[in-house]
Amino acid sequence: MIGLLQSIGYPDWVLNALLLVPVIGMAALLAGVGGRPRTVALVIAVAELAISLPLWFAFNPAAAGMQFAAEFAWIPEWGIHYRVGMDGISLMLVLLTTAILPIALLGSYNYITNRERTFYAMMLLLEAGIIGVFVAMDLFLFFMFWEIMLVPMYFIIGIWGGQRRIYAAIKFFLYTAFGSLLMLVGILYLFFKYRALTGDLSFAYADLLQVPLTFGEQYWLFGAFALAFAIKVPIFPFHTWLPDAHVEAPTPGSVVLAAVLLKMGAYGFLRFLLPFFPHAATHPTIVMTMLVLGLIGIIYAAWVAAVQPDAKKLIAYTSVAHMGFVVLGVFALTVRGLQGAMVVMLSHGLSTGALFLLLGMLYERRHTRLIADFGGLATVAPMFGAAFVFTALASIGLPGTSGFVGEFLALLGTFETHPWVAIIGTTGVIFAAYYMLPMVQRIWFNSLDNPANRDLPDLSRRELAVLAPLIAGMLWLGLYPKPVLERMEPTLSALVRTVEQRSGPALSFEIEIADPIDTPAVEGRAGGGQP
Amino acid sequence: MMPDFSHPADYAIALLPEIVLSVWAMVVLLVDVFQKGSRSEPSSAVIPWLAGVGVLLAAGANTWLATLGTGPASAAIAMDGFRIFANYVFLLAAGFFLIISTRYLEEEHMRLGELYVLVLFATVGMMVFAGSADLMLIFIGLELMSVPVYVLTGVNRRDVRSAEGALKYFLLGAFSSAFFLLGVALVFGATGATNLSEIAIAVGVDGIGASPMLLMGVAMLAVGFGFKVAAVPFHMWTPDAYEGAPAPIAGFMAAAVKAAAFAAFLRVFLTAFPGLYDTWNAMAVWLAVITMISANLIALVEGNVKRMLAYSSIAHAGYLLVALAAASVLGAASFLFYSLVYTIMTMGAFAVVIAVAGRQEANLDLESYAGLGWKRPLLGIVMTVFLLSLAGFPLTAGFIGKVFLLRAAVERGLVLLAVVLVLASLVSYWYYLRVAWYMWFRDAEPGAGAGPEPSTGLKVALATAAVLVLALGVAPGPLLSLAEQSAATLLRVPAATVGLLLP
Repeated sequence: MIGLLQSIGYPDWVLNALLLVPVIGMAALLAGVGGRPRTVALVIAVAELAISLPLWFAFNPAAAGMQFAAEFAWIPEWGIHYRVGMDGISLMLVLLTTAILPIALLGSYNYITNRERTFYAMMLLLEAGIIGVFVAMDLFLFFMFWEIMLVPMYFIIGIWGGQRRIYAAIKFFLYTAFGSLLMLVGILYLFFKYRALTGDLSFAYADLLQVPLTFGEQYWLFGAFALAFAIKVPIFPFHTWLPDAHVEAPTPGSVVLAAVLLKMGAYGFLRFLLPFFPHAATHPTIVMTMLVLGLIGIIYAAWVAAVQPDAKKLIAYTSVAHMGFVVLGVFALTVRGLQGAMVVMLSHGLSTGALFLLLGMLYERRHTRLIADFGGLATVAPMFGAAFVFTALASIGLPGTSGFVGEFLALLGTFETHPWVAIIGTTGVIFAAYYMLPMVQRIWFNSLDNPANRDLPDLSRRELAVLAPLIAGMLWLGLYPKPVLERMEPTLSALVRTVEQRSGPALSFEIEIADPIDTPAVEGRAGGGQP
Repeated sequence: MMPDFSHPADYAIALLPEIVLSVWAMVVLLVDVFQKGSRSEPSSAVIPWLAGVGVLLAAGANTWLATLGTGPASAAIAMDGFRIFANYVFLLAAGFFLIISTRYLEEEHMRLGELYVLVLFATVGMMVFAGSADLMLIFIGLELMSVPVYVLTGVNRRDVRSAEGALKYFLLGAFSSAFFLLGVALVFGATGATNLSEIAIAVGVDGIGASPMLLMGVAMLAVGFGFKVAAVPFHMWTPDAYEGAPAPIAGFMAAAVKAAAFAAFLRVFLTAFPGLYDTWNAMAVWLAVITMISANLIALVEGNVKRMLAYSSIAHAGYLLVALAAASVLGAASFLFYSLVYTIMTMGAFAVVIAVAGRQEANLDLESYAGLGWKRPLLGIVMTVFLLSLAGFPLTAGFIGKVFLLRAAVERGLVLLAVVLVLASLVSYWYYLRVAWYMWFRDAEPGAGAGPEPSTGLKVALATAAVLVLALGVAPGPLLSLAEQSAATLLRVPAATVGLLLP
């Protein structure tokens, strides 16, 4: 298999193709290619999945570094290159993205009825942007993808969303942009430091990673980057955009938002925050602050979710709780904790994505999402009910499902370094049952007293085909997570080692860098004008 | 054959683009007079084309000038890349004006030959304003630019808003010219020179012994420039003048007049007063901060798109002041790049305003943009591109420009100023995106038609501007280095003043 892939040069072009195919699809849709737009988009998304699947085999699980790297000069005048690469972290998130997208599109095949062409073009642009974030190895390129992805999401929520869509779209946009703009200043500061040190212009990840920073600089830069990522994750108290955006977005938008977009923040923690600012990231006060915010997210979101009358809003809040576990896992700073965080992310992508799809299917049938409007549906739509109940249980971490593995590892990793935090975090698992089970009970069981629900159709074949892979994924991750874990292990161990080494007291981080005003580099480069 | 200004004919070489354009403007005026039978008749349709030829000729002369290379720093006429680059920006704005205004002026019964002539003369003024290295010449350029623009603001004689805007602009503009002239006099009194490089030598290194008279003069000059670039708190005339002026002229003012004033601002402060940097630096920083924050906040509540663009142009003046505060080759280069980008995207946005506004500019409010994207998709898409670029979004030229400004600020150690800039941009997202949400998220009123088809000229201008905005957003490389090289020639110094060099 590997030999075959190598013979066609697969490792060299795969990442470029992954970025290019959706953009071509978008252009084709906007140019008015024949066929129904939803079919075209689905074909493109499936092709994308087909291109990405061999990554799983071609990926060398023993290596910690970047694989499938590609590079060419983009704006060499500023040291900006198109640099992409993939390690164990990116691999999982890219595969999650390419897998979720066709499912989201097919799952809502009949949901979008107006302005289809534009909608599907936006979805494909969104996919390209998300994959770009996960594979970019140049900070300028990364920032570009990070920002550009807001535009399609803004339009998806704003045009095809629910009642309060404009409010939700603008809130989503401004919240996310707020954090990322400060990150831009941080990136430019790193760029400037690198230049002051070496005289070269570069935005390359590997180059900027080498920039030595003083303690003070690390804290400020940590703040700038952490804010951008914390808003995206989202970490309490920056989560308020999420319920609005998730509830107002159309089903495919909600699915992609929950399943993939939220992972970008946590990805930022792993890719940038920990290795770039190890001193700040291991400082006891900062670690404790992040852990406590994670705990608050877990518990507070669970309580808020429990009282939501709207099922979609309830699921939206559970995302905040799940992301709390990710924060615990990340800031435990142990290999196990990081693995747990990654598995929670994957599991959340599958289970919450599936829940949003299921609610979307319910909404298409009944045009309501209020829990009180339902009751006893399991008797009229047994398959639907079974799928929903299983997904809900996977979401709250039933042993044997993906949710359990993730939360267990995250808590175990946290326990190694912060036992009390882990113990408090465990209560979150109980609260999860407290919000999820009554909702399941009230929708699917109880008595069938609303006559409108009497002839609710069961799942169609298309809907089954959409849900089956998600359910299989949850089971697989829950029963046999080893292949996934072993592909991430070298990367995560290397990450932990890097953080430990670079934050060690032996290293001198107080190297003084020349005062910016005295830097003479400018005249030399600009050239031409010297007398 | 670089002119060394030992012979009067050398001035003719150094001023070739200005001379070409002035002469051509007079030719256009004469053609118009001889063609017209009586005063009330509209001018011939050939006039705008003639004016366009003049712009092209001036651009050709400018290109020829660029081949001569960099001249002596002590000359009264600057012979450097900074001037060449800035000239292109003004000529580009004038060209855009000619393309977007033809049908508009015809429909509003304003196709007057003298209007085109005034635009050409204003462009000459800008080139003199930005290209001179002597305070007296700079003042002449300032007036040569301002007087035609006052007239252009009030050119729509049937509209009371136009008259109001023109009067306000004229009174405040005259006031600011007086400030500027007083500044020139005080600086002359303190240093005995009006030539910028001579002033730099007289001021000396680190401004030691700077007299109060000199500092007063610098402050007066800053006030004069502040009015012209519409920096807060000297911006009061801007919204009224832009609202009153016919839309194409408002776009021309927002883009070119501002760029010219900034180019002169940078030239004077970077080449004449580098020794006083520590003194005027704080002023530049605070002017930038106040301008960015207040203009963006006021624009938040503006429901009239033309006025919104006026406040947006004030906000952009704030961003450009960051380039001044950075006071370096990078700062000057970021100004050049941003002013070019800003010209393109602003002219584009005003072209959309013209396409939507209809007769008598009746449809300027946000409500007129409801559902525009679905009614007229191409118009909606290009407007979205311009808005994203004005807001500074990746893959548009505005983003690269903003990163350039931020880079200049950060490399000068002005990290907090950079933070203010990004926070101000965040505020601006709201009002730019609001237009986008009216266009795409709302549906048009049931009865509203699609509006008239834009003229061919307008379509050409919109397409050109949108393509340029995207192209410069994706592949800005060559222009970035050109801007840096051009800016480096501004900060070259005569041998005597080495030591005053800014980074």
